Amino acid sequence: MRKTLLALAAGIALAATSGGAAFAQDKFKACFVYIGPVTDGGWTQAHDEARQYVEEQLGDEIETAYLENVPEGPDSERAITRMARSGCNIVFTTSFGYMDPTIAVAEKHPDVMFEHATGYKTADNVTNYNARFYEGRYIIGQIAGNISETGTAGYIASFPIPEVVMGINAFLQGARSVDPDFKLKVVWVNSWHDAGKEADAAKALVDQGVDILTQHTDSAAPMQVAEERGIHAFGQAFDQSEAGPTAQKTAILDTWGPYYVKRIKMAMDGTWKGGESTWDGLKDGILTMAPYRNMPDDVKAMAEETEAKIKSGELHPFTGPINKQDGTEWLAEGETAEDGTLLGMDFYVEGVDDTLPN
Amino acid sequence: MRLELIKRPQKSALYSAISPLLALVLTLLAGFLIFSLLGKPPVAALHAYFIEPLSEAWQLHELAIKAAPLIMIAVGLSVCYRSNNWNIGAEGQFIIGGITGSLVPILFPQFQTLFTLPVMLLLGFIGGAAMGAIPALLKTRFNTNEILTSLMLVYVAQLFLDWLARGRFRDPGGNNFPGSIRFPESARLGEIFPSHGSAHWGIVLAILSAIIVWFMMRFLMKGFEVKVLGGSPRAGRFGGFSSTKMVFFAFLLSGGLAGLAGIAEVAGAIGQLRETISPGYGFAAIIVAFLGRLNPLGAIAAGFVLALTYLGGEAAQMSLGVSEKVARVFQGLLLFFVLGCDTLIHYRIKFIFGEAGKPATAKG
Repeated sequence: MRKTLLALAAGIALAATSGGAAFAQDKFKACFVYIGPVTDGGWTQAHDEARQYVEEQLGDEIETAYLENVPEGPDSERAITRMARSGCNIVFTTSFGYMDPTIAVAEKHPDVMFEHATGYKTADNVTNYNARFYEGRYIIGQIAGNISETGTAGYIASFPIPEVVMGINAFLQGARSVDPDFKLKVVWVNSWHDAGKEADAAKALVDQGVDILTQHTDSAAPMQVAEERGIHAFGQAFDQSEAGPTAQKTAILDTWGPYYVKRIKMAMDGTWKGGESTWDGLKDGILTMAPYRNMPDDVKAMAEETEAKIKSGELHPFTGPINKQDGTEWLAEGETAEDGTLLGMDFYVEGVDDTLPN
Repeated sequence: MRLELIKRPQKSALYSAISPLLALVLTLLAGFLIFSLLGKPPVAALHAYFIEPLSEAWQLHELAIKAAPLIMIAVGLSVCYRSNNWNIGAEGQFIIGGITGSLVPILFPQFQTLFTLPVMLLLGFIGGAAMGAIPALLKTRFNTNEILTSLMLVYVAQLFLDWLARGRFRDPGGNNFPGSIRFPESARLGEIFPSHGSAHWGIVLAILSAIIVWFMMRFLMKGFEVKVLGGSPRAGRFGGFSSTKMVFFAFLLSGGLAGLAGIAEVAGAIGQLRETISPGYGFAAIIVAFLGRLNPLGAIAAGFVLALTYLGGEAAQMSLGVSEKVARVFQGLLLFFVLGCDTLIHYRIKFIFGEAGKPATAKG
């Protein structure tokens, strides 16, 4: 009881000291809406580290705020509205499902700037931004093709939207560039972040004989399974070497920080324009590869070379000849995929051992 | 040592009345403590939690949007639970109602008249009721446990919706992304005061349904039947009431209202059929029904209270950087105190020492 009283007293003291101080509204305010918790060890954490990077870089000029675990649908519309109404100058909405709500709120708040990640709609005060993750996926696919003994990888996928399908295809292209018979098994968990389901999927895939795990979901659970079962895996969005010190070969790191700093600066000095789409790649630094580790030197050298070639534009991960899953031709010899096709991708390439949910 | 709940011989009218207030005070104290320990200014946090969402017109609108489906589902559930039938699958009935109601704008986008919306709402009700009829049929025909069947059908409904939104009902102009076309204006539940905020007519439907069902429970024979059969099936049978029919009535009504809430959400707040249309309203409404003491009018108040805890959690996150998890804990505390206070008014705790051999005969 005495401790309770002490804590209460401390609370009152704290309330008295910090109640009125923090509400200076002159600063430029950048706000972020997250689909998962900021500690997910993946997608959302990468965005939140970028937010902290923004704070470090721009310091006193700005303040930031965020809402985490915001479900898609009407809840996200309310969350975005709350941001627009509580003095945010620019709002970053960081999940595909926030697209329509972002557009709807933006219409009602023409003086607030909005940036939506991974969608395709824009407006006068809405831009969208995305990273060419397929470039990184090609590299990890190539590593997988080199080090796999069973010649089969398991892919834990979230939702069958073009972004995810594109990643699956890019991974397999990379693997097949070194092992033309490479096979890929896919499990759909229908969630962006569900550690339990992701772990179950990972175990099921390992039991089916894959010795490579990769994922398009946000938790580090598959990496832990890979570590326990002694197979190889790749970090997603975030360096997961803590969960898989020997399992993780590399990771595709989302490094949104510099992009956010750039856009917020533009928003502050008035050069920010709506209606634009950004789709940056490895060369722009919006995604980077974690150190290549736990693999033979020649594989490492090959991965580094591929990375350099993608950066220089010498190599496009989707270069023909590539057939669709049903055996019909998609890209002829030497032909590269157009961005439009990639952004609306609704088919598998040859070699995926799965039927695309439709 | 073990604990037993012993029913009090008479309940105190005074404590019954002030129980919600008592719970609120306890919640505030616990909140004060939690926020202090976290190093957040507790007064500002509590202000963000309870006052801020009520302080601006647009936030009141948001409160109404959030409360509407909770209230509508809870009204049906309160009747269902009163009749001693346990429909845990309102979430699934909500989803199916959303789907059946959406058939009109998705399959017949040209059908844009004054009747479009009423037909959609009716179909939503029918869809939810039909979904509710399944556990009722299984219970009356095969004596299956309706808690399990209704709950498991939720997953069926969720996956069915997912399949539709990604396949058959996908917007052909949507770059292969999931989700149906945006509904035309005639298929939308309009906003009540568009100049102030975005609340739609769903909240009015919810309150109307609460009043109608309350009237039924209070003044009509059917309400009496629900209470008699729920309280004592044997007595009900002597009175000539059919418990089989009551199972169907309870499930059709609660399923139908959940379905109506589903289509109201789709046609109101969302505006298209998406791969998920509910962040768990069907489950949260179970809490709302009990928080409202299984009274349809109580469900209105309880629906707003639960909605407030969602919005308050968000406000606290935004203004103080309180983690979303803390907001959830706080929501749990509120419910814990409310239900705890209610229980302790009707029951007292008896500490029983020794006599470990005797099996517990827990009541309540």
